[in-house]
Amino acid sequence: MLSNIGYVLKKELGSYFNSAVAYIVVILFLLITGALFWLNYFQQINALSLRSFFSQAPLFLAFFAPAITMRLFAEEKRMGTLELLMTMPLRDVEIVMGKFLAAVSLLTVVFVMTLPYPITLSFLGDLDWGAVASGYLGLLLLGGTYSAIGLMASSWTRDQVVSILVAFSICFFLYLIDQLVGEPTGAMARIVDYISTNSHFNNLARGVIDIRDVFYYLSVTAVALLITQVSVASRRW
Amino acid sequence: MASDNDSTPSSDDKTTSASTSSGESSIVVDDVTKTYGDFRALDRINFSVEPGEIVGFLGPNGAGKTTTMKILTSFMSATEGTARVAGYDVHESPEQVRRETGYLPENVPLYEDMITHDYLEFVASIRGVPAGECQEHIERVVELTGLEDVIHREILELSKGYRQRVGLAQAIIHQPDVIILDEPTTGLDPNQIVEIRDVITGIGRDRTIILSTHILQEVSAVCDRVIIVNEGEIVADDQLEALEEAVAASEPGLRVTFGDTDDPDKLRSFLGELEGVGDVIEEAGRRQAHVFRLDTDDETSVRRALFRAEADHNYGLKGVSRAEPSLEDIFRVYTEGSTEEAREAS
Repeated sequence: MLSNIGYVLKKELGSYFNSAVAYIVVILFLLITGALFWLNYFQQINALSLRSFFSQAPLFLAFFAPAITMRLFAEEKRMGTLELLMTMPLRDVEIVMGKFLAAVSLLTVVFVMTLPYPITLSFLGDLDWGAVASGYLGLLLLGGTYSAIGLMASSWTRDQVVSILVAFSICFFLYLIDQLVGEPTGAMARIVDYISTNSHFNNLARGVIDIRDVFYYLSVTAVALLITQVSVASRRW
Repeated sequence: MASDNDSTPSSDDKTTSASTSSGESSIVVDDVTKTYGDFRALDRINFSVEPGEIVGFLGPNGAGKTTTMKILTSFMSATEGTARVAGYDVHESPEQVRRETGYLPENVPLYEDMITHDYLEFVASIRGVPAGECQEHIERVVELTGLEDVIHREILELSKGYRQRVGLAQAIIHQPDVIILDEPTTGLDPNQIVEIRDVITGIGRDRTIILSTHILQEVSAVCDRVIIVNEGEIVADDQLEALEEAVAASEPGLRVTFGDTDDPDKLRSFLGELEGVGDVIEEAGRRQAHVFRLDTDDETSVRRALFRAEADHNYGLKGVSRAEPSLEDIFRVYTEGSTEEAREAS
């Protein structure tokens, strides 16, 4: 089971790093968040925290995660290689998990590359490393959620453009819903608050690790992966 | 790997009956039906393949060849019926089935961004070859399929012929008991076709191979047995020689070849007037030649009459022979000239 996931993961990582995809994603993400980080840094020289970085990164993740997951199934369907993969002694869940972990691994590489931001800040004074760690945990959970959604969209189509558009729409909707519904009240407020990826992320970015927020990300991820698996398995019917 | 007792090769004579219950057959297909909505792609097909056999799966496009293969590799499930491959049920233990089979899908899908060597390594490890033996297996299939020159090239750069070899190599890398090849020579030039056929015959000495094709020569070149499918049903399942005899018996007579002429109707009426000749059927003409099949019971006297008439009138007779059925004839007789287009139109 684990070794099979490993083979799929290794193959997908290989194709990320053998093509330009991985490098483009890393460079663009670093350029955008880096530029914003340093611009903010000179604006609010007194605030010694990564709050601005953590508040902007989710917006770009909502775009980058679908970008790195869009081809994972769509391309295999278009090339016909999915049939090959599905007639190897692999279970569908191993294929899905291998691909999902490949996307998460690439995002992890991207996040590791942003570590110079907190390290730079820590030279300037007493940085709250706990809050930084919590924020990165939030990024990873959010990245996983968006990747699972991207993978799900990719399993629905053989067209990569459709794949990224669908995934981006879902991610962006979940990201923006708490800002788009004007002053919700009562049950509506709680629903909006619950399904918004952003409200859960804000707690983590502040350094508060609430098990309910973690549970939210893990459950959305699990549901998306489950749908992906059903969608892949449905090719066998 | 997992199957020791289930798939011991039997050395008894090759039966062509579909009712093998011994569990020793490499492939047993039992009343398999596959429907897509209203369309019956396969309609209760039955056949079995013994270990070591090379079986040709022949039929017009859309007859159900690919669907059968997808069911055998447990890529798709059958609507009804069961199939066992290498001793395992394709529905109940798909992973064992896939471990014991090698599959080359139609159109040879490959990961184009991978290096040939890395691709084979990936397939070998997923197919359960232990890490220590991967290299050994890769070297073996590379030699067998003649991939030495392209082993460090990206698959994207490979020619059609080499891609086909990579596809074959990945299907046999784990030394499976059963190899399923869906149109392995489509799109190759004649030289490449001969080479791929040699590779298939080479690996087929000790393995069960089932290959689909609509190229008739392929069947006579590599296969022990032919299964002809048409419109989702098996219409013939026998040794090639037996099929030839059956067709010859159903279409007896002489085949007469004439040189080019401006007036084939004159030839036809001349042939029809010969004594002992029933129907005169003009066969699909070759360039600069006219071929007629004469329906007759008395070959000798018809031959004699033909040569006598030729000596007198000089029709341009080129040859007279027994009407040995060609593969085309077999195919035509069993599929009754069915084509995908004709069926859709009806």
